[in-house]
Amino acid sequence: MTSATILPQTTSPAAMIRTLGLIAALCGFIIVAAYQGTYDAVQENKRIAVERAVFKVIPTARSIVEYFATPAGSVTKVGAGDTAPVGSIKFYAAYDASDRLAGIAAEGVAKGYSDNVRILFAYDPASASISGFGLVAMRETPGIGDKILVDKDFLANFPLEAKLTDDLKKLAQAIVTVKHGSKTHSWEIDAITGATITSRAVGRAINDSAQLLLPRIVPNLTQLKEKS
Amino acid sequence: MNQTSAQTWDEFMEGIWRQNPLFVMVLGLCPALAVTVSAVNALSMGLATTFVLTCSCVLVSLLRKLIPKEVRIATYIVIIATFVTVVDYLIQAISLALYDALGAFIQLIVVNCIILGRAEAHASKNPLLPTLINALGMSAGFTLGLLALGSVREILGAGAFFGVALFGPDFQPWVVMVLPPGGFFVLGAWLLIFAAIARRKQKKLAEITQNA
Repeated sequence: MTSATILPQTTSPAAMIRTLGLIAALCGFIIVAAYQGTYDAVQENKRIAVERAVFKVIPTARSIVEYFATPAGSVTKVGAGDTAPVGSIKFYAAYDASDRLAGIAAEGVAKGYSDNVRILFAYDPASASISGFGLVAMRETPGIGDKILVDKDFLANFPLEAKLTDDLKKLAQAIVTVKHGSKTHSWEIDAITGATITSRAVGRAINDSAQLLLPRIVPNLTQLKEKS
Repeated sequence: MNQTSAQTWDEFMEGIWRQNPLFVMVLGLCPALAVTVSAVNALSMGLATTFVLTCSCVLVSLLRKLIPKEVRIATYIVIIATFVTVVDYLIQAISLALYDALGAFIQLIVVNCIILGRAEAHASKNPLLPTLINALGMSAGFTLGLLALGSVREILGAGAFFGVALFGPDFQPWVVMVLPPGGFFVLGAWLLIFAAIARRKQKKLAEITQNA
């Protein structure tokens, strides 16, 4: 008998689809409610995190304005909900208590020992130098790679010379990390012994970002001078 | 203590001691080894898992009669993923530093086998109250387990507890403890302690039965 071989079906396909649909709708509702409910707090947290990071690398800063440096060489203010134009780089113009430009902060990234080292560096337009850097994220070995933040000799590398060529197209001297004790120029970074790879990552991150960003910012410094 | 409350207490304690998800069932090792470099991270991961485990089990228990067994796993995963997304947003709203410290392991709570295991083995077969008690017990057991790992690793590897320095500036941190191998060392030590206690208990029980 053929009917004996057919397995008994306890749930109809319609019931299965109905249940899955109902649960998906319920879960969708919960997710959207959570997203909407936390949106303002998350955005505020992100803003505070950026502000704190910039204030740390530019101590005289009291407020910041986000800008995009476009490939065409112009700088445009970032409005709420703006998406980055293709090829543009985000940077932060930091202003002091009297709303004068205190410095420029931008992110740089390079491969370190275990993962990418993401840093935020500060550019001082008055002296055309990189005045310091702070950490955004890294997964370097604790006790070794994280020396870049505390090692006095390493921090003494800053300010780093970051002058542009006369045609303002690139850095006059590329920023490079050199072996510990062999620094002879103000654009060189003296590496930490034992943390050479992370030290090099810092140098590369600053150089790669500065080479792209500074030729777009420096010609527009008058636009950035006063907080608008 | 009457019989019902004794049963409730027993159900709750099962997750903390006899069926501790980390030290007895040895489940959820991925976050247990990866995020327990500090007590704060361990506690936060424990609380996040508690939220997901409890909410998922409660919802599975409430919907258990509605969910056809043929599509139950898909349903549980959708429910678990929903609460993981919620906890992801909540942590971002509370602290971005904590969110960065926990990294991808927040999203990986979706595949924590303790949660799917509880949904399948307990919540899908029991009414709301026992499910809630069981889920809270398991969560507390997991959180305490993570905290036990995180505390030891932070104290030895960073010389601090919840960020408060314990041994002064001369302390040389035992860095390996906050690296991945340290997670295995500390977990191994805790498993050894749990096994030793369980063996001693068994021995005592055997002696009592023999004497009787």
